Amino acid sequence: MIPNDTIVALATPSGAGAISVIRVSGKEAISICEPLFKSIRNKKLTKQKSHTIHLGHIVDENRYLDEVLVSVFKGPHSYTGENTIEISCHGSVYIQQQIIQLLLRNGCRNANAGEFTLRAFLNGKLDLSQAEAVADLIASDSEASHQLAMQQMRGGFSNEIKNLREELLNFASLIELELDFAEEDVEFADRTQFKTLVERIQFVLKRLIDSFAVGNVIKNGIPVAIVGEPNVGKSTLLNALLNEERAIVSDIAGTTRDTIEDELIIDGIGFRFIDTAGIRDTKDVVESIGIQKTFEKIEQAQVVIYLIDSLQLTDEHLTLLKTEIGKIKNKYPQKPLIIVANKIDKLASSHIEQLQAEIENIHLLSAKENIGVDSLKEKLVSFVNTGALRNNETIITNTRHYDALLKALEEIDKVHYGLEAGLSGDLMAIDIRQALFHFGEITGEITTDDLLGNIFANFCIGK
Amino acid sequence: MFTTEYDVIVVGAGHAGSEAAAAAANMGSKTLLITMNLQNIAQMSCNPAMGGIAKGQIVREIDALGGYSGIVTDNSAIQFKMLNKSKGPAMWSPRAQSDRMRFAEEWRLMLERTESLDFYQEMVRGLIIEGGKIKGVKTSLGLEIRSKTVVLTNGTFLNGLIHIGDKNFGGGRAGEKAATGITEELVALGFESGRMKTGTPPRVDGRSLDYSKMIIQPGDEHPDKFSYLKATKPLKEQRACHMTYTSPEVHDLLREGFDRSPMFNGRIKSIGPRYCPSIEDKINRFADKDRHQLFVEPEGWNTVEVYVNGFSTSLPEDVQFKALKSVAGFENVKFFRPGYAIEYDYFPPTQLKHTLETKIVDGLFFAGQINGTTGYEEAASQGLMAGINAALKVQERDEFILKRNEAYIGVLIDDLITKGTEEPYRMFTSRAEYRTLLRQDNADFRLTPVGYELGLASEERLRAMEDKKQKSEAFIQFFRETSVKPEEINPILEEKKSSTVKQQDKMFKIFARPNISMDDMRKVASVSEYISEHDLNKDVLEQTEVQVKYAGYINKEKSNADKLNNLERVKIPADFEYDGLTNLSMEARQKLSKIRPVNLSQASRISGVSPSDISVMLVYLNR
Repeated sequence: MIPNDTIVALATPSGAGAISVIRVSGKEAISICEPLFKSIRNKKLTKQKSHTIHLGHIVDENRYLDEVLVSVFKGPHSYTGENTIEISCHGSVYIQQQIIQLLLRNGCRNANAGEFTLRAFLNGKLDLSQAEAVADLIASDSEASHQLAMQQMRGGFSNEIKNLREELLNFASLIELELDFAEEDVEFADRTQFKTLVERIQFVLKRLIDSFAVGNVIKNGIPVAIVGEPNVGKSTLLNALLNEERAIVSDIAGTTRDTIEDELIIDGIGFRFIDTAGIRDTKDVVESIGIQKTFEKIEQAQVVIYLIDSLQLTDEHLTLLKTEIGKIKNKYPQKPLIIVANKIDKLASSHIEQLQAEIENIHLLSAKENIGVDSLKEKLVSFVNTGALRNNETIITNTRHYDALLKALEEIDKVHYGLEAGLSGDLMAIDIRQALFHFGEITGEITTDDLLGNIFANFCIGK
Repeated sequence: MFTTEYDVIVVGAGHAGSEAAAAAANMGSKTLLITMNLQNIAQMSCNPAMGGIAKGQIVREIDALGGYSGIVTDNSAIQFKMLNKSKGPAMWSPRAQSDRMRFAEEWRLMLERTESLDFYQEMVRGLIIEGGKIKGVKTSLGLEIRSKTVVLTNGTFLNGLIHIGDKNFGGGRAGEKAATGITEELVALGFESGRMKTGTPPRVDGRSLDYSKMIIQPGDEHPDKFSYLKATKPLKEQRACHMTYTSPEVHDLLREGFDRSPMFNGRIKSIGPRYCPSIEDKINRFADKDRHQLFVEPEGWNTVEVYVNGFSTSLPEDVQFKALKSVAGFENVKFFRPGYAIEYDYFPPTQLKHTLETKIVDGLFFAGQINGTTGYEEAASQGLMAGINAALKVQERDEFILKRNEAYIGVLIDDLITKGTEEPYRMFTSRAEYRTLLRQDNADFRLTPVGYELGLASEERLRAMEDKKQKSEAFIQFFRETSVKPEEINPILEEKKSSTVKQQDKMFKIFARPNISMDDMRKVASVSEYISEHDLNKDVLEQTEVQVKYAGYINKEKSNADKLNNLERVKIPADFEYDGLTNLSMEARQKLSKIRPVNLSQASRISGVSPSDISVMLVYLNR
């Protein structure tokens, strides 16, 4: 299977690094980029030789998005073996998203995880031994990423997307109902009802697309869960981590956020602390060890910091903690877990040694005295640098959802036109199914079985 | 008694068995049809009708391939309707009421006229299997009949158990014995089996009904027919059906019997079809509905027996009787026989290949309700495909598989073997991704050429198809090339409240407008001249109209279908080892090893296999 569409994605880790590279690959890569790139010497990209670099601006109609360097690679002499453009732009999340969204609107598709490498492999650019690695990469973009993506959305947005999908599904069911069950004694929705429904869907879709375009929807940063028993010093640790970093956070160009206090950037990489309001309000935390609640937080996080109060440790307590840590490791073997012992400034050195002997790789820290805070930050950053974490998740999510919503709206507009023109339901169903397919790209899959299930659940069918 | 070895033995002579036997024999295989009662060939065990939405398309596909169901239906129909005519052409669905007795007689006579087909009446109670290969069947008398392949089409007969109220008894159909032995033997071989349930309403004496209290439901004014062959003719006369409603009073009377209902007291545990619920199920699940439609369908031209469609029930017979008596028009009803529910064995169809051959026993094929489907049309089409593939296997020819974008039959079989089924499987148009391509008007274009290649569809069939195709293509070309002047077309457009044109334009564009039909275009002189000059019949006109008016949609679906074919081309070797592939999710690995899809497209349709699993597979398969 040789893919014939053109894909785009961020090739460097996102965040506030100085430079980012956006890669476009596919037959149309160069021709799609040409009108969006205004060279300072008025050069046309399609006329340029392979392996050349050009200075200019990315323009969205008359708006300058960024000053960039564009590299041209012609297939088969490129990483993927296809025509490839690499845009080196400034490392702001906002700018990256603007450029990627512009490319999406002009005929590119969001690359799936590992897709550049997959194409390289399919085009014979990689040797056989690299196939395993490609498969690994793809596999990491599994179902869980849909869940993660939904969790990354702010407040009401993920609900709104779920509701919208539900409404679309209902709409599709109503259409299918009058097709497959025309002979049944059920009340079919009339065209005015359909129109109201479609217009509502259009309205909500447009609003969502706008929100995505200005980057309001996605929470940035790698989600980190700080878990532990009440009163072990979670809020003190958070404050220690956040302290001097807040100013940098609010400096990110173009990003608008309702709250910033839980996000911080370390060495240009964004981190986000999950559910910290709950963590700060100790009354909110269940008084028992509450493993269930802990799991819920861990579920949403990519990194887990397990905080213990080294002053409170009895032997019995230590055994309990070790079981719990074991459970977490067992359930989430892939997730980096840092066990942090707090308040070590008050601990005798013999106890510290005992603690280190009991728990492997324990991180010693005093939030109050600022001991071990910097090395904790270094540890977080090292996960990204060693590849244990992928930190461009959010930007992928954001642009991918934007792309899917854009395509869904395109189909819904066709349905709207069909309703006005008095088209039969079976023809409109083609577009509705396509719209549902695009929603599936955000929320997971949908099959026709869902439609039939929905019909049987809600209507009395059958002679 | 049986000294020679058959090529194909078909066990069971319902809709699946009859099509299987006919197909195998017509393809030159020496075929034996064994059934428990030769008087009961091709029985309509449930409603006396063929076709309907999605099902009518299947009958047309069977006919286009050279099967018999369409011809038999035409020759025994008492009423014909094209359903969904107000919708797009993908939804037009032929349906016929049949004369039950003539339907069975037609089938028997057609089978008797089929060369190299033998008949035998007895119960098959076992299979002869040697070294994982089928070698024939064993009968209840102890006869061993040898064959190269066997097609099992046991319907509801395998350990069939009939329920009426709190009574139950073994049986394959009302008044007929159940079949035993086969399930047990297959399970011992490693097959997985399950139970399903279906039901049927009471049959009553038409002379006891008061039709003046019901709504008459006549057939189409200009009835069409099923078969593409000229040999069958549309009906000149038709019998009407009637419709009436249940009422709150009827529902109350039915509820009185709920404590004796095997559905509700737990006696029936197996799953019935959700789209064909019993009347007790309907009033239980949709309690706020105070009436349900009942269709009163005559069972034939001359018989007084009447089928009460919509009143399927397994309530005690006295409750059925009392409740039905309260329905308008049924006050003096006399029962021919009560409704009943039946439970029977089936084999989850994920144990089959696309050819309907079992994965476990070489040369053994399953078709019809044994695969968890319901409906005559679904059964007949599987029988046809199993019969074809059994014959092909014997002749050592390539297997015959229809794709999802080629036929509803392809959707049906692919769904069954890829997803399995939790309830009796019935076809719906929404199950097809590309229903705009799978129309009743083009089943001949889609399938007759392959049917002819198989040796099943006749030369006559092929020529008729080619003639229709050539004529409609030429006519479409005429609309593309010929212009019409405003003064001629504008009066027609005004009449249809369509905006008028200012200068002359190609007729194709005007014809493509949503509310302009062939009847409107015929008012243009050059069009009507073309029609009479080329002697175009109804089928050609219909085909042309569909292809002009829906060209955009048809092309869109075609290009979508082509994308699917990309994955279809990536074949998965039969012995592909999934276990070591840790990059696949656990669920995907389990499902893939169980179903063993033949290509990536099929793999992508298995529930629990995600798009990223497919990409991972792509990497391994390109190695």
